[in-house]
Order: sequence, then structure tokens, then C-alpha cells
Amino acid sequence: MTTSNTAKTWRTICDSSDLVKDSGICALIANEQGSDEQIAIFHLPNSEEKIYAVGNYDPIGKANVLYRGIVGCIADEPVVASPLYKQHFSLKTGQCLQEEQSISVYDIRIENEQVQVFY
Amino acid sequence: MNSDKQLSSRAKIVVVGNGMVGHHFVEEMAKNPDCQITVLSAESRLAYDRVYLSSYFAGKTAEDLALTTPEHYDELGVTFKTNAKVTNIDKSAKVVTTESGDSFEYDKLILATGSYPFVPPIPGGDVEHSLVYRTIDDLEAIQASADVSKVGVVIGGGLLGLEAAKAVKELGLETHVVEFAPQLMAVQVDGGGGRLLKTKIEELGVQVHTSKATNKIVAGDKHRYKLCFSDDTELETDLILFSAGIRPYDNLAREFDLEIGARGGIVIDNQCKTSDSDIYAIGECALWNNFIYGLVAPGYNMAKVAAKDICGEDAEFTGADMSTKLKLMGVEVGSIGDAHAKTEGALTYTYENQPEGVYKKIVVSSDKTKMLGAVLIGDTGEYDSLLQYMLNDIDLPEAPEGLILPMAGDKPTLGVDALPDTATICSCHNVTKGDIVAAIDCGAVDVGQVKSGTKAGSGCGGCAALVKSVADNEFEKRGVEVKKDICEHFAYSRKELFDIISVEKIKTFDELLTSHGRGLGCEICKPVAGSVLASVWNDYILKKPHLSLQDTNDTYLGNMQKDGTYSVVPRIAGGEITPDKLIVLGEVAKKYNLYTKITGGARVDLFGARVEQLPPIWKELVDAGFETGHAYGKSLRTVKSCVGSTWCRYGVQDSMTMAIDLEHRYKGLRAPHKIKFGVSGCTRECAEAQGKDIGIIATENGWNLFVGGNGGMKPRHGDLFATDLDDETLVKYVDRILMFYVQTGDRLQRTSVWMDNLEGGLAYLQDVIMKDSLGITDALEEQMSAIVGTYQCEWKTTLEDPEALKRFQPFVNSDKADTNIQFVTERDQIRPARGEEKIAVTFIDATEKEAVAEEA
Repeated sequence: MTTSNTAKTWRTICDSSDLVKDSGICALIANEQGSDEQIAIFHLPNSEEKIYAVGNYDPIGKANVLYRGIVGCIADEPVVASPLYKQHFSLKTGQCLQEEQSISVYDIRIENEQVQVFY
Repeated sequence: MNSDKQLSSRAKIVVVGNGMVGHHFVEEMAKNPDCQITVLSAESRLAYDRVYLSSYFAGKTAEDLALTTPEHYDELGVTFKTNAKVTNIDKSAKVVTTESGDSFEYDKLILATGSYPFVPPIPGGDVEHSLVYRTIDDLEAIQASADVSKVGVVIGGGLLGLEAAKAVKELGLETHVVEFAPQLMAVQVDGGGGRLLKTKIEELGVQVHTSKATNKIVAGDKHRYKLCFSDDTELETDLILFSAGIRPYDNLAREFDLEIGARGGIVIDNQCKTSDSDIYAIGECALWNNFIYGLVAPGYNMAKVAAKDICGEDAEFTGADMSTKLKLMGVEVGSIGDAHAKTEGALTYTYENQPEGVYKKIVVSSDKTKMLGAVLIGDTGEYDSLLQYMLNDIDLPEAPEGLILPMAGDKPTLGVDALPDTATICSCHNVTKGDIVAAIDCGAVDVGQVKSGTKAGSGCGGCAALVKSVADNEFEKRGVEVKKDICEHFAYSRKELFDIISVEKIKTFDELLTSHGRGLGCEICKPVAGSVLASVWNDYILKKPHLSLQDTNDTYLGNMQKDGTYSVVPRIAGGEITPDKLIVLGEVAKKYNLYTKITGGARVDLFGARVEQLPPIWKELVDAGFETGHAYGKSLRTVKSCVGSTWCRYGVQDSMTMAIDLEHRYKGLRAPHKIKFGVSGCTRECAEAQGKDIGIIATENGWNLFVGGNGGMKPRHGDLFATDLDDETLVKYVDRILMFYVQTGDRLQRTSVWMDNLEGGLAYLQDVIMKDSLGITDALEEQMSAIVGTYQCEWKTTLEDPEALKRFQPFVNSDKADTNIQFVTERDQIRPARGEEKIAVTFIDATEKEAVAEEA
């Protein structure tokens, strides 16, 4: 993840008060090519890492919808269920639990009540 | 050279006749590439389905009935000739010759010539409008004759005769059935059953005359012909249809010295060989063990045996069970084994319910331990288990009469353990108990997997309950607990969670998870909890603690479509809408460029709204007086209605007002699954109410209430729950039924499945709702009235709540729109662009997005 040539930094996305408990929001981040990437950010205060960031694009349903999925856990793995066809994606690894598909995962933290993504 | 030699060494198979059985033989034989098959058919068409012949008059065409096509036979490498009647067999030279003089050599000859309708030699019977019912050509003749006839008589009241009567009736003729025997279907049904059958057939508008021997047919006074009976009575008619049994087409065999039975039929052995070992006979022309099988299944079996024998494989035809279950003009009829109790010492038990039109008889051995046969008229629900008792020689319960008595509760159930592995459970797909056990051996862990693995229960579905009990029994034996847990986070069923939430007064998912669950929850338990919390407390579903429980459809108060956009569906109660409101819908749809469609539920769907467009769209709709239609919720959808007595000449009650009142009463109620209503203003049932969860049909005296109907994937007619109810009682019962369903239904269980799974079924539900057998009706009504009293339009509430509106902004850090959502135009409206139609766009400002949509 950190082998890219361009130097990644912690970029501030929003206030921590913008997070919705046990649910997701979506943010746009400009990538190297100058276009925008959609990132789904989930706040699970009762889980180990409390906050997760993954790609918003559902590779199976082929639409930008993952932040609107229900979050929870399957066998202790924190997951989001796609709102389209209900496959589970791990919030830790991005791996789909039902099919050979995966989504990107990003490092994320809350610093001084600011939500920051390492990108 | 080499290929020539191979070709000449291929066995030449000639099949005479291309009926259902002859065709089945061709399909079986063509599996072997080392044979060269020639089919000679006297008919002008290739094989077609004779079992469903009567559907020809219900709109099916000859193509629909066809079992094969010339192309298909070409593919199989089968040579075929139609209009090719075989007139000569030279057994020593092994050559057959047709009427037109063509000759065909054979190594093996298959006679599948079938049978022809027997026409009794009645003086005067050979007239123009005297017809038979056997082939498509016959049907065409019947249709032509019916066009110039008013009255039709079918001579013969057997199974085929009644099928023929149905056809005559469907052609719009006054229909009569004349039977020589004192009863209908004398072969399959006993006297008592025949009497009831007659009553039921007559109720359907067919006049039945039994014990009538026709002496002669003369010119009629009022109609074309007059039938004169031996008891000096007469019957006038325009069309005569003979269906007095079949006779084997054995003339070829007769003429060329194959052995023939005393009363006809080509004698065959267990390999279906005739007296000449290179000639086989199969189907209705064949006589096995002095018996001709007039059903298609034994014929198919013979075809298989003959094909195998020719290929040198071991196979034997050892007879067939003649039990049948069918629907004749809508009347259920079942006949099993020794229906007439002819076995020595046989004893019978009979149950007859004249008001309901049900007759059931079982025939048991003299020591009352074995099932020998049965007759079922009007209700064949027990057919499968009675047949299993007989076919598998299973010991009967202590009191065998319990098998056919309509006592709920203490009816003896067939111990599935007693079934041998060979017992057929699903006859549509020929799945045995052994197959089900094997599926479980191979890893099926629930009934659903057993069904998808074996196809059991996926034909007519009649065996579903039996499949489930066989599978459950097997799971139990292996120590597998049949679990009802909704998911890994809660070891409870939906009903148990409902009880926990209401008894312990739990108000949030977090409370529930801490006290009774584990982990973080998931997309299964969260919406269930959300739904139950809404049913019990009726809070605004987007209130903070409930927000994360909702499926995206509930969160955004719209149905998510495949591209991530949503549909907008305002409530149009009963389908009634003013022109002004209709104009508002059109204006909003036009302004936001939404795809617009009228739905099956009599309202208007607007598709293609982005998340951020939902609030402004709904603001305009709510301002114009619309409210949410709950199309996204597991809740009341629509109440379909006709205009009723207000406008319709036939309406007997004001179904429109009733529909609108009911829709407003139950809107917003959260349930295990969606709920649909129908209200019809008269018995013509234009609102198709019997196909709805709650169906209401007006009568002269009030309303009939139906429960548990369904359309969709597995259609089911609702059960008639109560009749002639006044408005107040109707609403009271519906309140109670719905609340009982909300409390006890499983997750995503429609009322139809819920009804099927209620132990004790309809009678039990009637007891609970109308006789208060559980002492809960007051509580049910109270809960319903609390929910009705706290209704709020979720969109109105959302629009007034800035916090909730934040959810509709797609990006937390930007005002841009999602460029992956693109549309193209089709039939003057938008539709989502397919992958290859999409154009790469970088993100642009929200203000520019309309332009993009139009360009794309």
C-alpha cells in the first residue's frame, strides 16, 4: 500500500461529527490523475478499529453505492453488505466473502476531531 | 470405403407410429449412435401432446402441443415420413411397405401404432356431425361442427369423455354427457364417488345422464339429431362426440400373423417383444399380461425397455401402477389401486361431506394393516400419503379412518421413517427418498438446499410438505438441530425477538444486542430489529438510533435501482387520483427528467432520481398533497380496487371507499414482508383480490374476506376466511389478522407462506381471530390502533429535519454528482446506460449535471 512513488499524506476529509454511528458516509478524494475517487467511510464505535475506509464502487453491482450498505460483522470480521446484491466485503481487507472480488482499503484515523485518510 | 462399411453395419430401426410413446422411443433410441432410425407416421403431423389435447380449445395451437419438430429429428439424425401408412410387413425379408408403395428394410421393427376411439355400432350413428376426440384433426372437425351447433352430447362418461365434455363446454355449446354405466368414471371411481362427481360436474353446467343405452340415432325435431335410449327417453343434439373407450390399433399385427390377445392388443413379453423376436410393440397397441395400459407413463416405460433391449442392455417391463390424480373441469379426482375393493376380504372406510362436495374412501386389507386403494373426490390433499402407504406396503396406523377424516391436530401423519428409500417423494421430477438422503449425504444442510439439489418440490409443488418432513427427519436422525435463528448474532426467530422487544420494552437495537445478541449485527438482524421496533413502538424510522438498521431503501425512503439511483412512488390510495394531482406528477417527472411508468399496483413510479434529488422532488410532491407510498418498506403497498357500486352497473358495495379507507388505515405498518390488499365491488372480482394478502369481495350482504393470497413467484389463492361481514367487523378482523401476522411471521415471510406454515391452518387462524382462542384479540386491536394513531408520512418528517436531510448529500466533502450514473434515451424516456454505453467523465459541479444527463 505504501510503495507508491508519489508521497502519500494524511488528508483531512471532514469533522468527526459528520460521521454517522454504525453507518457510512462518502467522500471524494482527488487522485494522481486529477480525477476523483469515491471513498466510503464507516463508523463502528463498538468495533476494534472504530473507523474504516474502503472504495465506494461495488465491483459486482457496478455502481457507487457501498457507503449505503448495512455494516456489521460476519464471524467477527467487520463487513459492509452491498445494498444492491448483499455480498459482504471485509472492511479490513476489502475482500468479498462470497465471490472472487475485492475493493480497495485505505488507512484512516481521527485526529483532533478531524477524519483523515492516508492517500 | 471404411465409412460405407460402418454405415451398412448400423442397425436399421423402423418405428411405425409417431404418437407420444413412439416419439419417446425415438428419443431413447437416438442416444445410441450405432442405429439408423426411420419413423413412419400415418398422421400428417409429428408427435404432439395428447394428454393436454383439450387445451387446444383454450387457445393452445398445434405448435404449442408439438413434442418435436422436423428440425429436431434432423438433428437427431432420424429419417421420418408423415402421411405414410404402413400396409405390409414382410417378416422373412424384414421389409415394411407403405400405402404409397415405399419400402423400408429393418433389423428391428417397433410398432407404436397406439389406439383408436371405439365407436359403438348404433343404428343411425354414422352421420356428418358424429365425431371422435383423439387427434388434432379430430379437434379441428369438432371446432368446425361446433360453429354450426348449439347442443353437444358426449357419449361416454369416463375420464376421456369428461375431458371431451370440457372441450365441448369451452366451445360454448349446451353440453350433455351420456353414460351407459350407472355412474361417471366407473373404472377409477366407486359408486359413492361417482354420485358426488356427477353433482359437481352438473354444478359446472354439464348435464349428466347415467344408465342410458343409446338404441338409435334419428333426425331431430328441434335439433339436428335425436338420441333414442332403451328406456324410451330421448335427447336432441346437434353434435355427437363418441368417447366410449379405446381399442388397440393392432390390425397390422393381426394381418401379418403376430400373436393377438383374445380381445385385441399385440401380445408382448417383459422385453416388449411380440411373437416375432425382431418386432416390438409399445404403448396402447400392446397387450402385456393380458392388459392394455391406456396411460402415457407405462407407455414411456415400455419405450425405454424396448430401446434398452435392442441395445443389449437388461431391462424389463413389469407392469405399472394405474393410480391417477387429476383435475377434471376444476374438480379434483384421485384414484389409487383397488378403488372398487375387489380384493378378497377388503374393508372400506368412507367419509362424505355433501355441503362441501368432498368424498373420500380408503380400501384396506381384511386385517386393517395395509392400504389397498382409495377414491378421493373434491379434495385430493391426502393423495400422496395414501399412495405411499399402498406402493410401499407401509403398516397403517391403528385407526386408518383418521387418514381421511378432516380433524385438524390429531390426524395421524405418515411416519416418513417408514418409507423405503425407493419411495417416490416428488413424482414430477421422480425424486425418491433415497435421492433426498443422498443429497444430505453430499452436504445439503437445510430443506432449501435439498430442494435445489434434487429439484424435489419444484414441479407442481404438491409434495413440498412431504419433502420437508423427509429432510427434517433425516437431519434429526443425524443430530442436526433444525435451527430457527435469524443469523449468527441472535439465537432467536423473528417471533421470539418480537416477544423479547415487546415484553422487555426494548427500544433500540443496541439494547437488544447487548442483552440478547453478540457481535455487531448484520444486514439480516438489523432490518428485522428495525421492523419489529417500528411495529411495536412506531417511531420515525430515521430517528438516530434506528437509522443504521434500515436497508438502503428505508434509509433513503426510495427503492434503489441497479445503477444506484432511486424510484419515487407517492401513495395513490385505491388508485384514485385527481387530474390536478396527476398533472403535478407529470410536471415533477418532467422537471427532474424521471422515467415514468404506471405500476401493476395502480400508481405511478418515477425512476432515476439521484440521492440528492430525492428531497427536492419529495418537497414538491408533499407540498402538492402527496405522501410517501412506502414502496421501499416491508409494509402495506397498495390496495387495488375497482370503482364498485358508485359507477359500475354490477357493483353491489362501495369498494372504492372501502379500499381508500383501508389503505389509509394500514399505511406505514411495518410487517415481516410487504402486504398487498384487493377490494372488489362484486363477485366478478375485477380487483383480483383473491391474489392478495388480504382480499375483500363485496356480496349483497356485506364483504367476504380472503387471507393469504399471492401473485408473483408462487401464486396462491387466498383462503376464504369469513363471509358477509359488515364494515366494522371486517376492519376488526383485518386489524387482528395483520397484527397477528406482524407478531408471528418469520423474516421475509409473506402471508401466503405464513398461512401454509400455521399449524392447524385456516381453522386455527379463524379460531384465534373470531373465537379468541388465545385470548389475545383485545391486545391485537390495541396495538393496531396505537400504530394507526401514530402514523406519520416519513417524507414529510424527513423534509422538516435538517439532520436527516444531510444523509441525502452524496459526498461529505463535495457538492459534485456521481458521474457513473448516466442515462440514454429509449422510447422518449431515460434508462440507465449499459457499461459499453457509458462515457468517461471526470467529476463536474452539480450545477452542470443536468446538461450531462441530457447529452448522454
